[in-house]
Amino acid sequence: MRRLAGSSALLFALAGLGVALVALPMLGLLLRTDWGDVLDDLRSPIVWPAIRLSLITTAITLVLALIVGTPLAWLLSRSQGRAGRWLRALLTVPIVLPPVVGGVALLLAYGRNGVVGAPIFEAFGLRLPFTPVAVVLAQLFVALPFYVLAVEGAMRSVDRRFDAVAATLGASPTRVFLRVALPLAAPGIVAGAALAWARALGEFGATITFAGNLTGRTQTAPLAVYVSLQSDPQAAIALSVTMLAVSVAVLGLLRGRWSG
Amino acid sequence: MSLDAHVVTHRGDFAVDVAVQTDPGTTVALLGPNGSGKTTTLDAIAGLLPLDGGHVRVSGVTWADAHTVLPPQRRRTGLVAANHLLFPHLTALENVAFGPRSRGLGRSAARARARAELDALGIGDLAGRRPTALSNGQAQRTALARALATDPAVLLLDEPLSALDPTTRAEVRAGLAHRLAGFAGVTVLVTHDPLDALTLADRLVFVEAGRVVQSGPPAEVVARPRDAYVAHVVGLNLYAGETRSQTLVETSVGPVVTSGHDHVGPSWVSFAPAAVSLYPARPGGSPRNAWECTVRAVEIVGQTARVRLTDDASGEPVVAEVTTASVAELRLQTGATVWATVKATEVTAYPA
Repeated sequence: MRRLAGSSALLFALAGLGVALVALPMLGLLLRTDWGDVLDDLRSPIVWPAIRLSLITTAITLVLALIVGTPLAWLLSRSQGRAGRWLRALLTVPIVLPPVVGGVALLLAYGRNGVVGAPIFEAFGLRLPFTPVAVVLAQLFVALPFYVLAVEGAMRSVDRRFDAVAATLGASPTRVFLRVALPLAAPGIVAGAALAWARALGEFGATITFAGNLTGRTQTAPLAVYVSLQSDPQAAIALSVTMLAVSVAVLGLLRGRWSG
Repeated sequence: MSLDAHVVTHRGDFAVDVAVQTDPGTTVALLGPNGSGKTTTLDAIAGLLPLDGGHVRVSGVTWADAHTVLPPQRRRTGLVAANHLLFPHLTALENVAFGPRSRGLGRSAARARARAELDALGIGDLAGRRPTALSNGQAQRTALARALATDPAVLLLDEPLSALDPTTRAEVRAGLAHRLAGFAGVTVLVTHDPLDALTLADRLVFVEAGRVVQSGPPAEVVARPRDAYVAHVVGLNLYAGETRSQTLVETSVGPVVTSGHDHVGPSWVSFAPAAVSLYPARPGGSPRNAWECTVRAVEIVGQTARVRLTDDASGEPVVAEVTTASVAELRLQTGATVWATVKATEVTAYPA
């Protein structure tokens, strides 16, 4: 080890710099946190509504992602033609798209004059933008692709001959999905769900663009951090530490899958 | 329940055109080299692969043709593959009960049926185990029980014994033979192993490059192969030829004298490896078939040795079975030259 270090000091220096770039900000946050007052700081009038809204909206997002995304992942994992490839590419776009652009797209689709928003307004008199529903739609837009692609990978690794055997035993495709694919892909579903939930929890750009920043209605925890950093830095730090703790907890849930 | 299947599929350059017909309660074995279309045929019968032509009919009911395609879950098949493919998240009992449950049986009735199937194969005491806690042989029996628990009209066995070690294979083969004897449906068995085919099947179908090259009852196929692969599997020397007289066939290995045949034209000539005698020099005496050969390989099985030769003149393979004593006397080693002879009375000639 020592000789390796000696002969490749430059490599180690660069690698150390990489670690520092990632670790120092988190360290900075922890060092600046006033641990004795964290609970008090969290009582700031802006914090609790934001946490509650984040918990409720991300829970709804997660449930919707599971309900819609799991069958989609299953069908994608069993598709062979060109349609499947295009669909997969389409679902990858939100992952690489700047979230704020996603927010603009959502606004144009679900807005008062949007392709979906206009008929909804005409029929029900509902405006979607700047409501909690918009928060969920924004989170789904960015988190669902993560979930679908993670679960699709897990389902793709389930031997197709299991499907075939189940079918010869008389199982309908729905029964194969429920009784064979779901249990066998369960670890991948848990991992995908955790990943998608974490992504939804951290969603900022699309939310602020499409849902706005209304305290108690659309101001999620990340938005509250950003806003309170001006007015109440201690609350921002306390909230940030809370979210860091949650992120680490999610990572712990995935331990052994990606962290080795 | 009878099976009448004519499977025609094209996948890229590979075309399969295989017909299989069997009577109720019988077993047909599909034999052939890897990639010859055996599994494709099974999958098409099960409905896992679409047909590009032909049909699948079972007891007069059409499962697939140009107009009808039943999905796999509406066909009455049971599939057992080389890899047992037991659902890893279910116990042996739950695996076997999966089919009856899928076909609408109640929970307790399905479990009772599953238990009976496991008991019939002598593994009732393993009902509560997960597949990972089963040996290969136990897992394969469970897979067989699972396939039979839905009362299939057609049981599809895709190399069911190939992943087992020789001792286990013999045990599971015996269990399979016992269970098939009481099975009312049709069994289609894909195998590489001639012993499986000869002990389990009522009819053999040899497939090569997607086509049937020979089919018939085992005794007939074994006695009169009509294809190089078939001859290899049943262990006979086989040459294609043309009759020249009532005792002479001109073949790919040269003129072969027989003790008499009554057909003319294209002909097959076969003789058993045990009928081949080896000599260090050309023997004199009675008219015999003799070839100067080079030894390619020698395998010893018990007291006999299987000697693979090639005829120097034609390059055709000749297989001889001699005693291990002869191997020592003749110093049979790869590259050695010997004379192989076969008496005319040992040669069978039949029309191609």
